[in-house]
Amino acid sequence: MQFVHSEEQQMIRASARSLLESYDSSRLRAALEAPGGYEAALWQQLASELGWCGLAIPEDDGGAGLGWVELCILQEELGRRLVASPFFATVALGASLVRECAGAAQRRELFTRIAAGGLRLACALAGADGRPPPEGVAVTLQSRAGGLVLSGVSDFVIHAGSAELLLVLARGEEPQELSLLMLPPASAGVSIEPHVMLDLTRPMSRVTFNDVQLGEDALLGSRAEAAAGIGRALDRARIALAAEALGGAERVLEMTTEYAKQRIQFGRAIGSFQALKHRLADMMTEVEAARSAAWYAACVADEAPQELAEAAAIAKSYCCDAFYNCAAGAIQLHGGIGFTWEHDAHLYFKRARASATLLGSPAWQRERLLRALGLGAAATPVF
Amino acid sequence: MQLGFTAAEERFRSEAAQWLAAQLAGPFRDLRGESSLSGRLERRMAWERALGAARFSCIGWPQEFGGRDATLAEQVIFAEEYARAGAPWRIGHLGIELAGPTILAFGTQAQKARFLLPIARGEEFWCQGYSEPNAGSDLANVRTRAELTQGAAGPEWLINGQKIWTSLAQFADWSFVVCRTEEGSRGHRGLSYLLVPMRQSGVTVRPIRQMTGEAEFNETFFADARTAADNVVGAVGDGWRIAMGTLAFERGVSTLGQQMSFRNELDAIIEAARANGLIDDPAIRQRLAHAHIGLKLMRYSALRMLSNAQEGRLANEAYTYKIFWATWRRKLGELAADVLGPRGEIAAGSPYEWELLPRLFLGSRADTIYGGTNQIQRNIIAERALGLPREPRGG
Repeated sequence: MQFVHSEEQQMIRASARSLLESYDSSRLRAALEAPGGYEAALWQQLASELGWCGLAIPEDDGGAGLGWVELCILQEELGRRLVASPFFATVALGASLVRECAGAAQRRELFTRIAAGGLRLACALAGADGRPPPEGVAVTLQSRAGGLVLSGVSDFVIHAGSAELLLVLARGEEPQELSLLMLPPASAGVSIEPHVMLDLTRPMSRVTFNDVQLGEDALLGSRAEAAAGIGRALDRARIALAAEALGGAERVLEMTTEYAKQRIQFGRAIGSFQALKHRLADMMTEVEAARSAAWYAACVADEAPQELAEAAAIAKSYCCDAFYNCAAGAIQLHGGIGFTWEHDAHLYFKRARASATLLGSPAWQRERLLRALGLGAAATPVF
Repeated sequence: MQLGFTAAEERFRSEAAQWLAAQLAGPFRDLRGESSLSGRLERRMAWERALGAARFSCIGWPQEFGGRDATLAEQVIFAEEYARAGAPWRIGHLGIELAGPTILAFGTQAQKARFLLPIARGEEFWCQGYSEPNAGSDLANVRTRAELTQGAAGPEWLINGQKIWTSLAQFADWSFVVCRTEEGSRGHRGLSYLLVPMRQSGVTVRPIRQMTGEAEFNETFFADARTAADNVVGAVGDGWRIAMGTLAFERGVSTLGQQMSFRNELDAIIEAARANGLIDDPAIRQRLAHAHIGLKLMRYSALRMLSNAQEGRLANEAYTYKIFWATWRRKLGELAADVLGPRGEIAAGSPYEWELLPRLFLGSRADTIYGGTNQIQRNIIAERALGLPREPRGG
C-alpha cells in the first residue's frame, strides 16, 4: 500500500507541467478561435512527439503501457491550464470505449493509430436531452439486406467537428440491445452541427445520422457485450474528467491566493482579511479532498475493477463540485475584474459547470452510487 | 501508487483478524460495538491489557517498548480489522496516540524506559493537559505555572493552575501538561511539557456536564501538585514545540479507526431511513450519498497522509483533515435529526439520556470546536498552507 505517486509518476507530472507552462491565457484564447477549437501545434506535439495519446495503451499496440494513474496526471495538468484539446475525447473517452468494447483485431488497429499520432476520435453517446448513456440513446441500428443502417440524433458530441473517426452508441431492434459503431464523420448521411457552448474550451456538436449505410465491420465488438463494456469505459472517462476538474480547481485556488496576496485595499493585502482567508481555506479543503478522490479512483481503474463504479461516481461528483465551488470562489474573491471577459476566471467557471454536467451530473452520480450500494432508488428521477 | 497489500501483509491481516474475532466472541463479547467514550470502564481497561499482552496495542512502536515495529501497511490493516471486528473504542488512546509517540520522538532513554511499556501494556492511562479557561484557541496563553523546587526525594516541579476539557482525567494515571516554567514569559516562550502523576493530593478532577447531558470532560485543578524534575519532555522552555509535535501525531492511523465509528453512525441513519420510508426521498438520498462520499474521502485522505508521513512529509491534506471530518460529522448529526423527525426529540430516559443518533446530533456540535475550532483551522490553513498574511496579534 503506497498512496503517493512514485518518482516516475512525479517526473511525468513535472514534464507535463513544464510543457504547458507557456500555455497562457493568450494561447488559450487563440486556440478557441482556431479551426476545431484547439491549437494544432500543441496537439501535434503531445500526440506525435511526446506519445501522450499512447501513454495508457499497451506496449504491444504501440503505446507506453502505463496506466490510468499516469493518464490522470496528464489530465490534471491539462485541466490546470484549461487546455482546449481533443485529448479527453480521444484518449479518455474514445480509447476507453475501444479498450472495453472492441474485438482484439479492431482494438489493435485503433490503438496503434491512436498511439502513433493521435487519431482523433469523437464519441456520439448521449441523446438530445444529454442524459448519460444508456438513458436517452436516440440513435437506432437496423439490419437490412447487405448491411446496417444508422439513424437518429446524438447531441453533446465533444470535438465532433475535428474528429477523424466517430464512435456511435446505438440502440438495436431489441430495446435493451446496445451497439457501438465506428464510422468516418464524412460518411454519407452524417451531418454535424456545432453549438455555441457555455464552456468555450470544449466544443460540442449535434450529430444527425440520416439512414447511414454501414457494413458489419463498422460494429465494435459484439452487440451482446457492449452494454457492460460501455459502462466501464464511461467510468474510466469519468475518472479522467475528475482528474481534469481537480487540476482546474487547484489552479483557480492558486490564482486566487496569489491575487489575495497582491491586491491592496484598506491599506492591506485583502488576503489578510479573515473573510477571504476563510473562503480560501474552504477552497483548499475541497481541493485536497478532491485530490484524494481523483487519485484513489485512478488507482482503482488500474488495480481494483470491482470498485470502479463506486470510485468513479465518488470522484466525478466530488471533483466536479469542488471545481465549481472553487471557480465560483475565484470570481467572487477577484471582485469586479473576476466578472470580466478579459480575466480567465469565467473560463474556469464555465468549464467547471460543463464538466459537472458531462457524463452525469454530481446529483446523478450520487443517486447512482446509492443504487449501487443497494439503497433502493429515488421516488423521482434525478438529473 | 499502489493500493494492494503483499502476501506477508495479508498473513498479518488474518492473524490479527483471528485474534480479534476470538477475543470478541469469547472473553470480551460484552464489549463488541461499545462506542461510548468511557462507559464500562473496568472492562475497557481489561480489554486494553489484553491487547497489550498480545502486542496488538501499539503495533507501530519498537519491539522493546511493547510494539511490533509494524509497517505502515500493517498499521492500516490492523485499524481496518479492529473496526471490522466491532472492537470497542480505545480508552487508552491519549497515551497510545499522543503521550507515547511524543515520548518516542522527543523523550530521553530513561523516559522511554519508564513510560512506554506501561502504555503499550494497558497498565497506565493518560490524559491531556493543554487547554485552560483562558487558553482555548489561544493555546499559547497558558497560565498554569510550574517551578523547580527541592522536594523530599530530590528536585521536583511544583505545579499550580487549572486545565479544562481534560477528557478521561477521572481515571488517568498520568497527564501531559503544558506549563509556564519561566516566570514573566509570554506566548510560546517559557513553556515546558511536563509528565505529571494524576493520583496525588495536589490534583483535583471535577466533571463538566455538557449539552448532551453527559460528563465526558473535566476540569483539572493543580494545587501544589508535584512531579519529579526529570519528567520534562524536551528542554525546559521548549514545551510549545513538543506540544505542537503531539498535535501532529493526532493525524495518525487512529483516524482510520475513528472512521469506522462514523460508519456505524451512518449505517444507523440508513436503517432509520429505511424504517420510516425516507430512504426513497430524493433530498435525503442526496445527503446520504454526500455522507457516504465524505466518509470514503476521509479514508483516502488518511491513506495519503500516512503514505506521506512514512516518507517524512507533512502534506497539504494533513492541514485540511480536521476541518473536513469535523464539518462532515456535524452535518451527519443534522442528517440524523432530519431522518428521525419528531421522534428524535424524545429522550430515551431520565434525566436526559439519548440514544445513538440524537446523541450524535448533539455531540457533533463539539467536533468543530475541540482540537482547534473550524475558525482556527481556517486561519491555520490560510496562513501556513496557503501563505496568506498572519492575523494581527494583540500586545
